[in-house]
Amino acid sequence: MFIVDYIKDVYNGVTSLLKGMRLTGYYFVHPKEIITQEYPEVKQVLPERFKGEVVMRHNENNEHRCTGCTACELACPNATIKIVTKFDITPDGKKKKALDVFVYHLELCTMCNLCIVACPTDAIKMAQTFEHSVYDRTELTKVLNKPGSKLMDGVE
Amino acid sequence: MIEEVGTTTEGDLIINVGPQHPSTHGVLHLVITLNGETVKKVEPHLGYIHRSIEKMCESLSYRQFIYVTSRMDYLSSHINNQGCALVVEKGLQIEVPERGKVIRVLMAELTRIASHLLWWGAMGMDIGAFTPFFHAFREREAINDIMEETCGARLTMNYVVPGGVMADIHPNFQKKVNEFIKLLKSKIDEYYILLTGNIILQERLKGVGVISAEDAINFGCSGPVVRACGVKSDIRKIAPYDGYEKVKFDEVFETAGDSFARYMVRMNEIRQSLSIVEQLIDNIPEGEFQAKTKAVLKLPKGEFYSRVETARGEFGVYIISEGGLTPYRIKFRSPGFSNLAALHHMVKGSKIADMVATMGTLDLVIPDIDR
Repeated sequence: MFIVDYIKDVYNGVTSLLKGMRLTGYYFVHPKEIITQEYPEVKQVLPERFKGEVVMRHNENNEHRCTGCTACELACPNATIKIVTKFDITPDGKKKKALDVFVYHLELCTMCNLCIVACPTDAIKMAQTFEHSVYDRTELTKVLNKPGSKLMDGVE
Repeated sequence: MIEEVGTTTEGDLIINVGPQHPSTHGVLHLVITLNGETVKKVEPHLGYIHRSIEKMCESLSYRQFIYVTSRMDYLSSHINNQGCALVVEKGLQIEVPERGKVIRVLMAELTRIASHLLWWGAMGMDIGAFTPFFHAFREREAINDIMEETCGARLTMNYVVPGGVMADIHPNFQKKVNEFIKLLKSKIDEYYILLTGNIILQERLKGVGVISAEDAINFGCSGPVVRACGVKSDIRKIAPYDGYEKVKFDEVFETAGDSFARYMVRMNEIRQSLSIVEQLIDNIPEGEFQAKTKAVLKLPKGEFYSRVETARGEFGVYIISEGGLTPYRIKFRSPGFSNLAALHHMVKGSKIADMVATMGTLDLVIPDIDR
């Protein structure tokens, strides 16, 4: 009976291999099934929720919505955000706290989205960028509020 | 203390596999004592990617510490996050809305499928089959796209917050998942033709790395490793969380306890997870996706534990709170660590090539083992 078992084993082995090879062959002659993405030439449009980096919303008048309340700074687990505030003089002569510099350390950020959720005025959002490679790490420390920008009217 | 190179006094050869080695997953370092080609002793050395996550969590608030656990078992990061959110909810007695629960379960099962698919591809690579890797990654990519659209990231999603989920599902979510179910159903049979039925795979896995049910329990193995010995261990069945008691699925068992049994458990779990997704995807209840929580979460003084079933086994989170903003002590019980502990017992006396096959079926994720 040894011979019968041996032949059976060989038969089963060969058929199982051929079945697999048939599938591989199917994909070989059906190139339409290939889903390769030719990345640097063809860039995929990322969904709007993709967490790439934190940016600040600015409108066309160079106004942002950040009041400098540091809610995002407190929510961040990695000390990615550092907010520097200043005192503005309002027209009626009172001192008012306002945002001076919004420092964002992309090199520390893990894109956890907690700062976006914490923001009460919807001032920051996630951008859909992902090619963050630079030659020097200091380039990754960014100031998010654009120069000369000021607080949008009506945002408290 | 074992010498790390050279020979022992009995003339056995000591070699190092890893920490950088193509057949180990990640930076796993194994010191193997060999007699010819027979493995006499396997000693895993850990510490190459130790990031002291437990200590890190002690300085983070109860909202913040969740994202760190994505970096442990990165292939089932959503389920890790879910376990952490559950323990905070338990401490604060937050009731998660039905919609939030269903979205969590859907994401968890999709993560489980993605994790098992990656394992299947990497497992094929371990024993020398290269094609399965591409097939598995093709379907996994579809899941990643779904995750990217709803959670905003492909791997470390951080989608779970205490009280529910961070954002509602994307409008395309249901359509895309239904498409994915159709896709995977047509492709899953290909996996059987390509690898499961393959005579080489069966010869390499059957009767290799055998562990008895008793030993598996003694080593603290969980997940597919212990279910391959026929032990009831699925946390989703034993202690249901997030509404798993309402969905119908079978706990997958095998009885042989060898590598092929572990392989089959994982392959059948893909089908079970798919059936859970199928049951829930068109029945997501309306309502809130997140419960209203206080701005600052403070767990009352005491000890809290909750556990979830990740793709690799039982994941437990144990928190001791002093009533402050951050946990006093946090302990993670990760499935991979206990499963790796059983490796020596499984491969003792077998050939070195069988050790690689056994390691493949253990589904080791090193950051999970070495936190």
